[in-house]
Amino acid sequence: MFNKNKYSFLSIARNALSHHENWQKTWKSPEPKKNYDAIIVGGGGHGLTTAYYLAKNHGINNIAVIEKGWIGGGNTGRNTTIIRSNYLWDQSAALYEHALKLWEGMSQELNYNVMFSQRGVLNVAHNLHDVRELKRRWHANRLNDIDCEWLDTKKVKEFCPIINTSPNIRYPVLGATLQRRAGTARHDAVAWGYARGADEMGVDIIQNCEVTGINVKNGNVTGIETTKGTINSNKIGIAAAGHTSVIANMAGIKLPLESKPLQALVSEPVKPVIDTVVMSNTIHAYVSQSDKGELVIGAGTDGYTSYTQRGGFNIVEDTLMAIVELFPIFSRMKMLRHWGGIVDICPDASPIISKTHINGLYFNCGWGTGGFKATPGSGWVFAHTIANDQAHELNAPFTINRFSSGELVDEHGAAAVAH
Amino acid sequence: MFLINCPYCGEREQAEFSCGGEAHIARPKNPPELSDDQWAEYLFLRKNEKGVHYERWNHEYGCRQWFNLARNTATDEILKVYKMGEAPPKLKANIPATPSGEPSIGSGNLSTSKKDRF
Repeated sequence: MFNKNKYSFLSIARNALSHHENWQKTWKSPEPKKNYDAIIVGGGGHGLTTAYYLAKNHGINNIAVIEKGWIGGGNTGRNTTIIRSNYLWDQSAALYEHALKLWEGMSQELNYNVMFSQRGVLNVAHNLHDVRELKRRWHANRLNDIDCEWLDTKKVKEFCPIINTSPNIRYPVLGATLQRRAGTARHDAVAWGYARGADEMGVDIIQNCEVTGINVKNGNVTGIETTKGTINSNKIGIAAAGHTSVIANMAGIKLPLESKPLQALVSEPVKPVIDTVVMSNTIHAYVSQSDKGELVIGAGTDGYTSYTQRGGFNIVEDTLMAIVELFPIFSRMKMLRHWGGIVDICPDASPIISKTHINGLYFNCGWGTGGFKATPGSGWVFAHTIANDQAHELNAPFTINRFSSGELVDEHGAAAVAH
Repeated sequence: MFLINCPYCGEREQAEFSCGGEAHIARPKNPPELSDDQWAEYLFLRKNEKGVHYERWNHEYGCRQWFNLARNTATDEILKVYKMGEAPPKLKANIPATPSGEPSIGSGNLSTSKKDRF
């Protein structure tokens, strides 16, 4: 069937004839209706994929995605775009590997180039403990059918020639794990592609609309109050990242989350110099190069609760010290932009994708510093949870109740980088 | 980064301090009688307030003393410093009302107008 909205070589040619002035809108921005079959709060990657898979996999099309800012303006546009699935525990490995498989077909499925690049991710070891931990994870990954290799120092140097493998640096490179299927993607495109896909299936994407209240009657959720009025639905999924506690508070729910700033920065653009992603847990730094040529550098979280989307310069300084020691070639690079995003961290550094004691109210939160890589998988299982009022087998271990039962999925430091 | 007025040493850079999380969480008096949910509440559940947050700080690279802060987590403005054992002061904080919840000037910058403060 001919779809005039499909992006293709022909559509480029056709639009060239009208000087590219008549491209269709990527998504409509309608005013909210009074009633929906489901409402998703949060128009980031996780919210949009949830709406997309609710429509695609479960036939629920009458959905509103409510976003207080703009699509892709939150953590979806603030992360360092790293995608991998080399987690230690079976539960996490299954969840992130499911997501990675969805990444592999995403551009084709969405008809939108998300620039997914499987350039490999190195997790570097700097001391004996790191070596043991990373080798343990390497074996665990292989048992879970996830590709992973161990590289010794010489092979690390061959794979990433600009890395400093001198034995005389403070934290020498003793080896690294490599997941070749891991990589990066263009984060904005992921949000835009899923927004476009959801919109095509009838989902209303409502931006600049802040949720101010959750309406609950007799233990059932009935709708939300927003800056654009009351919107009713008996299924509400919250995917609000750092602001999840604020929303939960409106429904009288207390969650095991702490919201903290996580910082990242990019350098001036240069010619291609690093064609992989290098991550180090011990000295806490990670770096890759965007297609524009900027080095994309991620730092650690600031150690206090804050909603300010910035952070302390001491964190940036620590990260850059580590980067410069590992890559002396970068020592005279200028940094262009620096920002923070607010990440909601669970005590066990694993997400919550769960029902609550209020019927029809669902939470997808606690992704902490590592939610981007899970974007499609997160939406997939959250949509299943909302549609069936029951967890998918992949997110069954990630309930809120695990904090009472003690069945934590402890990925602190085990997830190849410290969260 | 912000400056913290340590009650023992005076004003120092925040990098000298470490945050010990939410303050005034009392250890349960009868641990054996607690249900799993009550343990979860004590161990894991946090207010994670956007607004006035009462929290413990340690002057780790200074006098190593603990004390409490009341801080507006929407702006990082420190509203009050008080010692351990003191009751939390009752305070109100201004949460900037822009569409994204951030102050109108920049993203997350302190509001410059006096009247915008509590």
